[in-house]
Amino acid sequence: MRRDIVTSVIGIVVLTVLLGLVYPLVITGVSQVAFPGNANGQKVYVNGKLVGSKIIGQSFKTVVLEKNGKPKEEEKEVVTEADPKYFQSRPSATEGGAYNAAASTFSNRGPNDKATEEADAENIKEYLELNKPYDPGLTTAKIPVDAVSTSGSNLDPEISPANARIQAHRIAAKRQLSVSVVDGLVSKYTDARGLGFSGEPGVNVLELNLALDRLTGGTA
Amino acid sequence: MTFSGWLTIILFVVILSALAMPLGTYMAKVYGGERVFLTPLFAWPERFLYKVLRVDPKREQDWKAYAKSLIIFSLAGWLLLYVILRTQDAFFVPHAVNPLAYHSAPWNVTFNTVSSFVTNTNWQYYSGDTTMSYLSQMLGLTVQNFLSAGVGIVVAVALIRGIVGRSGKSLGNFWQDLVRTVLYVLGPISVLGALLLVSQGAIQNFSTYLTAHTLTGVTQSIAMGPVASQEVIKLLGTNGGGFFNVNSAHPFENPTAFTNLVEMMLVLIIPAALVFTYGRMTGNRRQGYAIYATMMVMFLGAVVVAYIAEAHGSPAQHAAGLHTHAISGSGGGNMEGKEQRFGVAGSALFDVVTTVTSCGAVNSALESFTGIGGAVPFANLSASETIFGGVGTGLYSILLYVLLAVFIGGLMVGRTPEWLGKKLEAKEIKLAGLGILITPLAALFATALATASHAGRASISELGKGPQGFSETLYAYLSQSNNNGSAFAGYTGFIQPNAGNVGSHGVTFADVLGGLVMLFARFGPMLFALAVAGALVGKRVTPAGLGTMRTDNTTFVVLLIGVVILVGALTFFPALLLGPVVQGLTGHLY
Repeated sequence: MRRDIVTSVIGIVVLTVLLGLVYPLVITGVSQVAFPGNANGQKVYVNGKLVGSKIIGQSFKTVVLEKNGKPKEEEKEVVTEADPKYFQSRPSATEGGAYNAAASTFSNRGPNDKATEEADAENIKEYLELNKPYDPGLTTAKIPVDAVSTSGSNLDPEISPANARIQAHRIAAKRQLSVSVVDGLVSKYTDARGLGFSGEPGVNVLELNLALDRLTGGTA
Repeated sequence: MTFSGWLTIILFVVILSALAMPLGTYMAKVYGGERVFLTPLFAWPERFLYKVLRVDPKREQDWKAYAKSLIIFSLAGWLLLYVILRTQDAFFVPHAVNPLAYHSAPWNVTFNTVSSFVTNTNWQYYSGDTTMSYLSQMLGLTVQNFLSAGVGIVVAVALIRGIVGRSGKSLGNFWQDLVRTVLYVLGPISVLGALLLVSQGAIQNFSTYLTAHTLTGVTQSIAMGPVASQEVIKLLGTNGGGFFNVNSAHPFENPTAFTNLVEMMLVLIIPAALVFTYGRMTGNRRQGYAIYATMMVMFLGAVVVAYIAEAHGSPAQHAAGLHTHAISGSGGGNMEGKEQRFGVAGSALFDVVTTVTSCGAVNSALESFTGIGGAVPFANLSASETIFGGVGTGLYSILLYVLLAVFIGGLMVGRTPEWLGKKLEAKEIKLAGLGILITPLAALFATALATASHAGRASISELGKGPQGFSETLYAYLSQSNNNGSAFAGYTGFIQPNAGNVGSHGVTFADVLGGLVMLFARFGPMLFALAVAGALVGKRVTPAGLGTMRTDNTTFVVLLIGVVILVGALTFFPALLLGPVVQGLTGHLY
């Protein structure tokens, strides 16, 4: 008994130092030398200013302002609207506004839940309002599921290629580009499946929007 | 459903089997004291650790001594983790390791968290990115990810020694087995795995959270931290507690479809390998193959059901007018709560991988799975870790079921049951029966208590109306009793009103009941497994005769599957009807 207690106490302390300090510090050291970009979150800078991380999704909506210049609020939430000249990310329901990457959360919408249907319906309405004027053939049935449902992390950096191709009509009109040029960019920023077979192809929204800004000078 | 989806599933199983076999042989050599290719590297540190720990590795332990070392060591780990978590904002903790100045959580949620990590459960009522300091994550949680995994593995090894023991009482030495597990198995795979994950985009740093100014002029705060080192052991040790709240759905934990494959592989590799370790240690590899076949059949069944269900979308999506079939440029399916890069197949497969083992890491929101897709994790948990199961836990759980199956088979043919040449008697059957029953009992008892009491119902989420609320509750206690840790995350025990966690508080009832369930359902079956080993180890081996029922052929595999399903179904079917089955059979919205 006594022997076990002594060994346990020494053991837990020694192993804590080994596994809780030495191991993570060694991994951090090697990572910072071998893969500094990845280890620090693949930061994206524009003109020396941090605009986000390549692999963390972000919102491309703007804050709606009141006439007095203050952000408009409804039910204590800041009202935002999609910036039509940017590709829009998937809906996100993180606390404290969409795409809050300091507080990741599941939205926990149940499969048989009325609230899920209502949230979907609202997202569908918004998506149609945004895109239908530029893509008249668009109907609810043609909307890819990812475009109107929240992701697991609510920080998904990608959208489906089908979603991007619908939005391409709007982007082309807003930026006075041909749809084929925009589609070309979409293809360029589409990640293939892992190892060629695993997962789904996805379009990195931040990279795509940055490429658009570079092409048209950020103004439309 | 898509071709690439099915291909993912098939290739995953093939690669897993190809990797698990050599690892199983390697582990058998490690625990048998044979020389392996890492011996030159670790022989000296191993001897050094024995010296520091004041352990004589040659001192053999019977089952009681083995169990005593295990319990006392786990208790020491429990106490240290409690102290670390409760002092994360104390004056002596440097700012660099708690850059956001997170306060310590109160006693109730800490009790739950500590019990959860020491029992290899990693149930999370806390949210990693908004409450845990870097130091707590590393020094506290990562360490228990290693050690609780190690404790599970050594019990399985001790049980095998009991089964194959020819005479005497010894099950080996707990300290030696634990040190070898950490040095030769968990350590090397973790180092390689962590670096592989970083090379693909997982983060590993000590920066404070970033503030980005997005293209539309909004600020975005981005969490940072030493993620990869914890990520890999959380998976490898089937622990499952994510660095971030959304676990392996977070792009910093699981950045690509390739890492998704790697992460699923990490979860299953040790539970799968241990089956082959068993085959080698018993001197009859076919014994291992038979168990592997049993597990694989049930695993594939679960994967197929989950994938088909999720590929069809949910009633809520159909009611909203969405078409959820695959179209050009979109895989379709129930993408609510799933990441684009994993798709439906990568999410459904991960879901099964994590719920058959006791891992509980998730890469998609389980609560948003369809009724039938969501019933799959329930069914997996109802099998009480017999389908691969947690590291070590899975093997000793299925071995208890094997004992039961041999006994039932013996009754059917009217002979004294024999297992690997040893006669099974009333004592072993009683011990195995009790060991098997503890987990389901704890789950059902706790669910009943939580559903029937006002304090218990307080945990059900706002969205959890009707059967969803019952599903949440049942899942919470099933998950905790199986030491799994995955959740229908709407079920809450801990509330954080503000980032920085000032004023956070727990739903004490859920915290405490959950903590007790985890401890009971972890150490109970462990002690019974060790007791079975103790009862078997001294038995004499008689050569197999004509009347001996074989435990390495197809007939036995079918019998074993039957026993697992029968016990699981009989115990849980009524409860499952009330929640997930109701939801799966109706298009009705609540």
